[in-house]
Amino acid sequence: MSTQNSVQAIAPRTMFEKVWQQHVVAEPAGEPTILYIDLQLVHEVTSPQAFDGLRLTGRKLRRPDRHIATVDHNVPTTSVQDRLVIADQISNAQVNALRKNCAEFGIEFFDVQDAAQGIVHMIGPELGATKPGMTIVCGDSHTSTHGAFGALAFGIGTSEVEHVMATQTLPQSKPKTFRINVEGELPYGVTAKDIILDIIGRIGTDGATGYVVEYAGSAIRALSMEGRMTICNMSIEAGARAGMIAPDETTFNYLKGRRFSPGTHTNLVSPSIAKDPAVGTTTSVHEAEWNLAVEQWAALVTDEGAVFDRELNIDATKLAPSVTWGTSPGMVTTIDSTVPSIDDAPSEADKKSFSRALEYMDLKPGTKIEDINVDAVFLGSCTNARIEDLRAAAKVVDGYHVATTVRAMVVPGSQSVKHQAEEEGLDRVFKTAGFEWREPGCSMCLGMNPDILQPGERCASTSNRNFEGRQGRGGRTHLLSPAMAAAAAITGHLTDVRNWKFNSSKGGSR
Amino acid sequence: MTPINIITGTAAPLPLPNIDTDQIIPKQFLKRIERTGYGDFLFFDWRYNLDTPDHVSERKDFVLNKPEYKGAEILIAEKNFGCGSSREHAAWAINQYGFRAVIAPSFADIFFSNAGKNGIILCRLTEEEVATLLERCTKDPKHTLTINLEAQTVTDEQGFKAHFDIDPFRKHCLLNGLDDIGLTLLHEAELDSYEAKHSEEFWLAPKAAV
Repeated sequence: MSTQNSVQAIAPRTMFEKVWQQHVVAEPAGEPTILYIDLQLVHEVTSPQAFDGLRLTGRKLRRPDRHIATVDHNVPTTSVQDRLVIADQISNAQVNALRKNCAEFGIEFFDVQDAAQGIVHMIGPELGATKPGMTIVCGDSHTSTHGAFGALAFGIGTSEVEHVMATQTLPQSKPKTFRINVEGELPYGVTAKDIILDIIGRIGTDGATGYVVEYAGSAIRALSMEGRMTICNMSIEAGARAGMIAPDETTFNYLKGRRFSPGTHTNLVSPSIAKDPAVGTTTSVHEAEWNLAVEQWAALVTDEGAVFDRELNIDATKLAPSVTWGTSPGMVTTIDSTVPSIDDAPSEADKKSFSRALEYMDLKPGTKIEDINVDAVFLGSCTNARIEDLRAAAKVVDGYHVATTVRAMVVPGSQSVKHQAEEEGLDRVFKTAGFEWREPGCSMCLGMNPDILQPGERCASTSNRNFEGRQGRGGRTHLLSPAMAAAAAITGHLTDVRNWKFNSSKGGSR
Repeated sequence: MTPINIITGTAAPLPLPNIDTDQIIPKQFLKRIERTGYGDFLFFDWRYNLDTPDHVSERKDFVLNKPEYKGAEILIAEKNFGCGSSREHAAWAINQYGFRAVIAPSFADIFFSNAGKNGIILCRLTEEEVATLLERCTKDPKHTLTINLEAQTVTDEQGFKAHFDIDPFRKHCLLNGLDDIGLTLLHEAELDSYEAKHSEEFWLAPKAAV
């Protein structure tokens, strides 16, 4: 690639600008840019009307090879049998529609029993389908997750899903750029989830509307891919079009040897083994091909001197474990504080929301956050159901038992995570402690399947949205990190994990 | 899409910020595979009491259930309307209920795009202008507003006049009822040549070549 000379002549660019420019198909005068889409992820909820649209207009699906599909939102998590034929007939029909559509249009489909099935935002990275520099879309707002790899990834509606199916492009107006620098070492007990909840609390749920956010700084660099995905995942909760993190050695190490990663040759193993997403150990990597890809990816990082439309600096050393108290992810505080009052609302409009939220959540201003009891604990979702999340929660749980007043469940985000957790014995830690150990899916994050809260129930949840009724009509949600959710399951109330007494050989790493 | 330009009608006030798409249409209605039939489920949890799992009754105090607001074609809300999930079902529900426009100080990105694809006009006015309209439409449910897309104005009979910004291309599509996919396919030759070059950049392919 002898583009060195011409690159030097170009003004410093942000990572976003590099990815954007590489995907411009056409820039018609007075119209939005036509942007090429490298990968569309498909799930059962937002796709049936798009497939119908293609059939109605007689249009072809242009690039089936640039689509991957799975089922996640509707699937029960109770047993393999419950998943194959779903008792809810409307859910079953929706899942069957995806099966039929993928067969008809030639899309690779990971069905409920497939070893690579999982929440759509889990399996893209696990398969190595998600890679730096790509443009990725999905009819799901949490598509922002994939930005953790230095991809430009965003959620779209069903009309746009159809647009991508028909043209492999989207008309897009160029968003503005926003860099959030998180510098310093995270204090003990503070995680990626706490960083992103803190950011949303600072800038508000519309604080990044119209922007693509690049997360940078030493605290971000120090995060694993799992932590980076948690951060990018919740970019949409701040209104951002997308979140991005520059690819580095952490990114490359994660991707090397995955099924769809460059240089991975899966034709050397038997098809039954190749279906396992953990292909790194069973396939060969063509090093020259891999190195060439890494060279391209490394060049994506924001140039020195590139200018962002907006910047925000956060001191990571000042952060504490975060918990939401209200009905919007921006209604967040720290575990060692109290429920705010209406007067703490940042604006007049927000006062009404605060008042409504306090009533809905049945909370009194001034109540210590740690004094709030919970009825349910949900460890799952595309935000926090990766192996690292389950390990962190298991460390807290080991040697304890779930409070008698609490029902607690772990829903691994994917078959791959479930399999790995079982290999490591984490399932036994959870089950011994009284947690339910479930099959993968979106589950109680949004309660499209049977996993829902009852009216009035209060849940400590590792998911991403605490909207009214999100986890079930009348249900009350407190968003927090996996370790904090685990601690709440044991004590029966929201609990500061920084004071936790670890029992185990697995835990205790203070 | 049907061309749209001038809407004259009454407006239902929903004076809350950050109305998310989970409120606009809750998840249980996203299981359907059709594109129509969502109007009855708009604001379901706010609009209905769940008396038993199979029986609902209207909440008398919710604005859409008040007889005087039946037939309103415009919805007015506060900032960040449509935040949260990407579900286009939210736009379908608003449209199929009978709303043809939403007025608010700001909208979430994905909802904004979804509304445009469904012929719904979104008018971004200032917080003060929205407050004025909310007050007038709350005081008098018969208060009539006119939205003129061509002129980019919202007016009423008491002399209120506000200008709203809209992307010229989106405006053109709404005014003419244009199909986005058809417009993109006008550039098929550019797309073909881009794709031919792009496929050499193997590190951007979702699946590695075997």
